Amino acid sequence: MRNFEVTFIVDPVLSNDEIKETAQTYVKSITEVGGNIVFVNEMGLRQLAYNIAKRSSGIYYCIEFQLEDPSFIAVMELALTRDERVLRYLTVQLDKFGIKYNDDKRKGLIGKRKKPGTDAVPPADGVAPQSENVDSAI
Amino acid sequence: MANKDDIKFLSNPKIGQNRKKYCRFRRFGIKHIDYKDADFLLQFINEQGKILPRRITGNSLKYQRKVASAIKRARQLALLPYVADLLK
Repeated sequence: MRNFEVTFIVDPVLSNDEIKETAQTYVKSITEVGGNIVFVNEMGLRQLAYNIAKRSSGIYYCIEFQLEDPSFIAVMELALTRDERVLRYLTVQLDKFGIKYNDDKRKGLIGKRKKPGTDAVPPADGVAPQSENVDSAI
Repeated sequence: MANKDDIKFLSNPKIGQNRKKYCRFRRFGIKHIDYKDADFLLQFINEQGKILPRRITGNSLKYQRKVASAIKRARQLALLPYVADLLK
């Protein structure tokens, strides 16, 4: 069982439903091949650092999942390349530190550690509502 | 009028002292560098978007490699620019 993480940018011109559907397609295809979804992070609308396909902003999604058979990654990447709703994607295999980092981040432990004392409260606020949104989205 | 305490601080005593650089990942026990955290990675690039060398950041080789690959991943996802002007 390996942990992977795929981040992709969805075209912001699409309607809200279409955007959610795009993310759902990939969540579904992962579960269909026996993958285990760990977390779906809706990072939301962000300004791109440079234009992609004449878009200056995009909606970021990050899906963390476990997979027994890594050959599915190639299939998924092909689907993402062909999908016109997706501007860009990046698949990464997580090592044990990456898994722990993502786990801690969901619990809201990470933001505090980097700047001790200065902003103990804001990161906890920032992380908590985000995870609630995603739970309801699934 | 100036007494001894005033004279002591007429010149900054810290000038000329080199503060020892250290690897923040080793010191604070950070094991994983997230490519999605663009604000954090901003500390390791200059205002043109170039990756800063170890000689300036003080990172150990192991973590400098990880920082570099995280920055390159962030660039692919348009979280950081490849080229920029006045980034900071």
